[in-house]
Amino acid sequence: MDATIDAPAAPPPTDRPTARATGVTRAPDGSLVVRVRRGRLSARLDARSVAVTAVALGLATLVFAWSLTLGDYPLSLGDVVRTLVGQGEQRHEFIVRTLRLPRGLTGLLVGASLGLAGAVFQRIMRNPLASPDLIGISNGAAAAAVFVIVVLGGSSTEVTWGALAGAVGTGAAIHLLAYKRGISGYRLVLVGVAVTAMMTSITSYLLTRAEIYEAQRAVVWLTGSLNARGWDHVRPLTVALAVLLPAVLALARHLRVLDLGDDAARGLGARADRVRSGLLLVATALVAVSVASAGPVSFVALVAPQIGRRLVGGSSAALVPSAALGALLLVASDLVARRVVAPTELPVGVVTAILGAPYLLILLARANRIGSAG
Amino acid sequence: MTATWEPLLSPGTALTDARMFGEPNTDVSTAADPRPGMTTVAGAPPARPDSGTAPARPAGRPRRTLLASGWSRAGGLLLAVAVLAVVAVCSIAFGSKPIPFGTVWDALWHNDGSNDHLIVRDLRVPRTLLGLGVGAALGLAGAIMQGVTRNPLADPGILGVDAGAALAVVLAIHAFSVTTLGGYVWFAFGGAALASAAVYLLGSLGRGGATPVKLALAGAALSALLRSISSAVLLLDVETLDQFRFWLAGSLAGRGPDIVAGTAPFVVAGIVMALLSARTLNTLSLGDDVARALGVRVQLARATSSLAVVVLCGAATAAAGPIGFVGLTVPHVARAICGPDYRWILPWSLVLAPTLLLGADTLGRVVARPGEIEVGVITAFVGAPFFIALVRRRKLASL
Repeated sequence: MDATIDAPAAPPPTDRPTARATGVTRAPDGSLVVRVRRGRLSARLDARSVAVTAVALGLATLVFAWSLTLGDYPLSLGDVVRTLVGQGEQRHEFIVRTLRLPRGLTGLLVGASLGLAGAVFQRIMRNPLASPDLIGISNGAAAAAVFVIVVLGGSSTEVTWGALAGAVGTGAAIHLLAYKRGISGYRLVLVGVAVTAMMTSITSYLLTRAEIYEAQRAVVWLTGSLNARGWDHVRPLTVALAVLLPAVLALARHLRVLDLGDDAARGLGARADRVRSGLLLVATALVAVSVASAGPVSFVALVAPQIGRRLVGGSSAALVPSAALGALLLVASDLVARRVVAPTELPVGVVTAILGAPYLLILLARANRIGSAG
Repeated sequence: MTATWEPLLSPGTALTDARMFGEPNTDVSTAADPRPGMTTVAGAPPARPDSGTAPARPAGRPRRTLLASGWSRAGGLLLAVAVLAVVAVCSIAFGSKPIPFGTVWDALWHNDGSNDHLIVRDLRVPRTLLGLGVGAALGLAGAIMQGVTRNPLADPGILGVDAGAALAVVLAIHAFSVTTLGGYVWFAFGGAALASAAVYLLGSLGRGGATPVKLALAGAALSALLRSISSAVLLLDVETLDQFRFWLAGSLAGRGPDIVAGTAPFVVAGIVMALLSARTLNTLSLGDDVARALGVRVQLARATSSLAVVVLCGAATAAAGPIGFVGLTVPHVARAICGPDYRWILPWSLVLAPTLLLGADTLGRVVARPGEIEVGVITAFVGAPFFIALVRRRKLASL
């Protein structure tokens, strides 16, 4: 990687010196480009993807704040804010800080991780169906969690650890099985499909052998739920995202170069194989952490990048916008799931597809660029 | 797409393929090589679809398939049919209750009313027939679906068949208190048909009609939507979940002759439709533009092929519940054996899929005596390691 890290600091091309300065320019395809340059580092931001990210994050924050006020014990937004800054009443303290805040944060972080991981997978595979749900990590976590629930009768903390172990184990197994002088994304997905089938069949075998109430508990977990998520879910997620998001962005700088073909990319200083397998590994880790925290919430990883790509347009991978949209989708879904049949709280996984699918279908029907794949 | 197809029609390629099929007069439209990066995965820009491990094959060099000549493919297919016959006999001969082979043989020809004869005639024979039909249907449907959507990850359920059938069964249990397998069949079939019609309609909206990417995405989106509704019902109603989880596992057990007879016409019709679509699929795999230039009515071809998938997969799911893996992986195995020509892929899938399914079902009855393990579970455990080995050994990246 050392060779590629220095790539952006290469001397600027002499023919267009103005484009290197900080400011807003117009790219050849007509889109606005924001450039930030400080010392040896420079960043090139697509104005439209910045806008999409900002709007999605703004909406996510609004929904998040609103979700803190709603519940069996309604609070005003003022109460919530006062409690958050430490000026609130004692009883509000417990409701906001212990019950609602960690749940909402888990939702934001899981949504962002899934959106980001999905965008990476779809981009590398160039296949809109190559979501992490398909390559077995979620299913490995699910099989392990159902095993803990049904056979061991474990507590919810034990289920979380079981799921994490399952996700990491399956992720490692897929990478090892697909490894053959480097990781080919295609081989990884096909191996993942086979592993998915095995894990799914373990899950359904365990479900048919279980007592019905354990089976129901397992089904709730399998749907993906944010119920009763506490700070011990938020902390590992925060650490993981803080490490993995910069890793993705660092590696993703080379994605556009990879489009030119592996040989050209190598000539330009990007090692295609390493970038690709590095990205796959990081995306796998993102999925593993988020599945362990919230269960295999379906569809976010598939739909967030699709929506992101369509809103941002162009050939952009839309990694950060996808993460923002994933976070928005998940907190909004959780809000609906909590309130729609209140006081019963549905698992969030039920709602993600109900909210996300129609929007994707509308975007598909209105698509003005035919055949824009993943 | 436009930039990718030029090398496809290079005369060297077409000639080589025509020689390999032993049909010197085959026209370009079907013999042209859907080259290794055949899908260019689903409409992606003409960059590398893969990590570059599968460079475009130079024209004129035979591709890496197991059986390269037409004769060896036909011979191999006969051998595969023989293996399937052996597996089918095993499926009748072995089961949870050990019955001597002589008794089984007698039972096939006359019924003396004994318990063993009843088991063979009323349970094992219908079950074997069902396994043959369901396996064949899933294998063919998978191969066609991958051809129609030009997506190697498309399984037959991608048109929403599984999710639609599942939702219909859930509603049947929840709202109409249907609890028999025979009662589920028509609900499942209806749900499958409605869901796939909706997917096709949604995928056809907008400019360009039903493009592969839009179909795949619409299918994935609508399936997720339907599945969510199912799980919402299941989470709020434990009794429905209690019934439904057994349907969900996918099994050939307990399906009586009436279910076999009811779904057989659809399976047979679907198989005929599927096999007739092989040539069109070859042309479609060149990309819409080329196919259109070669005189194929792309939208019509895609619609009829999809109809075959719905009939096949709908009947299979209605009869046996959702059985994954077979439809997705068997076509890849077939492609590894006989190359990218759908006139071979379809027959091979037709034979290999029921072999896997029946073999797995027989194994599931034998290993867990006196109980049994659902066929869906065994299929994955027998098939997945084999598939992984295949993925590692050969470059399956050819779609």
